[in-house]
Amino acid sequence: MPLLEVRHMTHYFGGLRAVHDFNFSIEKGDIRGLIGPNGAGKSTIFNLITGIYRPTEGDVLLHGQSIVGLHPHQIAAKGLGRTFQNLRLWRHMTVLEHVKMARYSKLTYGLVGAFFDTRKRRREEAEAEEVARHLLDLLGVYNVAHELVTNLPYGMQRRVEMARALAIEPQILFLDEPTAGMNPEELAEMMDIIRQVHEQFGLAIFLIEHRMKFVMELCERIQTLVFGEVIAEGTPEEIQNNPKVIEAYLGEEVAF
Amino acid sequence: MTSKSTASISKTEIFRRTFRRLASPFKQVPALGWLIAGLVVALLELFFGEILANLMGLDKLPALFGSLIIFRKPSLEFPFIFNDLGVIGAVIIYDLLIYAIPFFLVAWLTKGLTNKLSWIIYKRSTWISVLFHIALLYIVLRIWTDISTYRELVTRLTMIAVIVTLSLNVINGYMGEFSTSHPGFMAVGAYVTSVFTIALFTNSNYFGDAKLPASWAPFLFPIALLLGGAVASVSALVVAIPSFRTRGDYLAIISLAFMFIVKSFFENLEVVGGPRGLGGQPDLASFPVIFVWMALGIWIINNFVRSTLGKALNAVRDDELAADAMTVNTRKTKMTAFLFGAFWAGLAGGLLAHVLRYINPGSFALQKLAEVLAMVYFGGLNSVLGSIVGAVSINLLGEALRPLELYKWIVIPVILILVMIYRPTGLIAFREFDMAEIVKPKDMRMMEGDDATS
Ligand SMILES: Nc1ncnc2c1ncn2[C@@H]1O[C@H](COP(=O)(O)OP(=O)(O)O)[C@@H](O)[C@H]1O
Ligand SMILES: [Mg+2]
Repeated sequence: MPLLEVRHMTHYFGGLRAVHDFNFSIEKGDIRGLIGPNGAGKSTIFNLITGIYRPTEGDVLLHGQSIVGLHPHQIAAKGLGRTFQNLRLWRHMTVLEHVKMARYSKLTYGLVGAFFDTRKRRREEAEAEEVARHLLDLLGVYNVAHELVTNLPYGMQRRVEMARALAIEPQILFLDEPTAGMNPEELAEMMDIIRQVHEQFGLAIFLIEHRMKFVMELCERIQTLVFGEVIAEGTPEEIQNNPKVIEAYLGEEVAF
Repeated sequence: MTSKSTASISKTEIFRRTFRRLASPFKQVPALGWLIAGLVVALLELFFGEILANLMGLDKLPALFGSLIIFRKPSLEFPFIFNDLGVIGAVIIYDLLIYAIPFFLVAWLTKGLTNKLSWIIYKRSTWISVLFHIALLYIVLRIWTDISTYRELVTRLTMIAVIVTLSLNVINGYMGEFSTSHPGFMAVGAYVTSVFTIALFTNSNYFGDAKLPASWAPFLFPIALLLGGAVASVSALVVAIPSFRTRGDYLAIISLAFMFIVKSFFENLEVVGGPRGLGGQPDLASFPVIFVWMALGIWIINNFVRSTLGKALNAVRDDELAADAMTVNTRKTKMTAFLFGAFWAGLAGGLLAHVLRYINPGSFALQKLAEVLAMVYFGGLNSVLGSIVGAVSINLLGEALRPLELYKWIVIPVILILVMIYRPTGLIAFREFDMAEIVKPKDMRMMEGDDATS
């Protein structure tokens, strides 16, 4: 049984068919890529799997159990961590607070602990902080733990978002264009980081990416989405040489 | 070169630098130092206030720093809204001699001693240190308010306002929604608590003879207050359920409607006096009772907003979708915070009813709402300290400007507008309130020295 399986998923925004008959499955340790031109429906697929939208048709199975209809926070707590294409950070919160927040579902001290500052709350908060600091260290943002995220350069904000996604202890990490807006140097660093977390946590990673070089190097299998439909699927070489993919990308400035 | 750079410094920068220079000798005064200075000032006034006031030709001791004496009814003749210049001079001299000079002098002179003392207590236990500071604050306030009943009343009302302001800040600041139902929650709490105490402990026309001996009242009063808060909290469901079911800004409208509905509800409820109101509450909300509830309220609310569970409110406010995707149960978070805020508003309403010992539906309406919103937004969003400062300053300002009568409602909004322009989130916004940090000694050399010798 695959770790995560998506079956015949279709989604309409009103009359617009954003995703059509999407099928996908991923195992522990896999790195999968999803490419396609702007507006193809890639982010929508992430939003459908993580529960932000409910698919019009089709099913999403985690360990064989359907997660369709669950709240995003429930799905996340089951181990689906994600980042967003356009960073979604909390502008009045510090870096450390961001990562601690993603431990929310692990806290059991409840309102009694929150109101009366019980010993249990102190212990759990300390544990959450330890996990958070470890992740900040891993992603190289430890020394800005007490900064507001808005004071950080873009590349660092991306890492904070990644640390936050890792703090929920995901089984699968969904990365939506993790290198968007990055310079080549930051891009190389991001590639290292992804490799590192993949190795260290044995995660499954599902990656949307615009830069071909990046996906080609990281992913074992790639799907190409155009107008909500998968037009090609295979290894990086197969995708690279697929005439349909080349056609879809004609006119776009993409360097293979 | 130098002249050029000086010229480019703006007026606000000059102001800031001057302030910093004036404040620098006091940087190392610990909280304990300020409290000791407060104690000295309070004692000074207790023993010499009357004499000095008489010497200065004032007929009585200025109750609130002389603010009520400085202003008088507005007139078109010089000095317009101010009292005669001689009287103003007397008040200023009184304030300088009794308050300002001794206060800063003592704080400055004793800073070596107070740093050492606060380090000794702090080293022992943060808890003991915090409690010690609170006790000292209580003593200072008690001495200061004992001199005049008016002053005491204003202080009691201010402490209640602190609770209300904090509880609204949880919703409007920490959670970032715009709720206007707080007067409604206060009304619910006030009526529930009043009915409880009037029915049980007094002989009233409405509820018949006392059912329990009056000596039990102080012990059952906390239960009455908790009940008032709890019922307010339950009534908050009426607002919370429709507002938080969907995304969108319905809360402002629904909560405003709620406030008016609560008002008409009590206006039409003859068993509690209808529009005439309900009086005769037993005298249970004394200074110490309110002080304890305020301290408890600050402690619990501050605990909440500093926990990750409470910070989830910030996450929901700044980006709800991201909060959801990071496992935060956003709906539960919002409901909890809203009901929690309503609870404290209800409890504060119960206290208020037993200070005034008369309530009517009309006093929980738009004017109350304006006051509470002013305190929250003036003091600062997302800040416990801000709410304390906001409640105290708007309350004192309201009292100080009382002689201006209607004009008060021009002056206060103007001040608010100025704050909104220059500090859109309020005076002390987005700051954590950490008692352990506050009670620490401020002279670090002394702490290091101590470490070296031990
Ligand atoms: N919430 C929404 N409501 C309506 N249309 C949407 C919504 N989200 C995305 N779309 C549309 O769905 C299509 C796919 O968008 P998206 O998934 O963001 O593409 P990609 O991530 O591949 O660039 C686009 O045409 C977009 O305009
Ligand atoms: Mg996208």
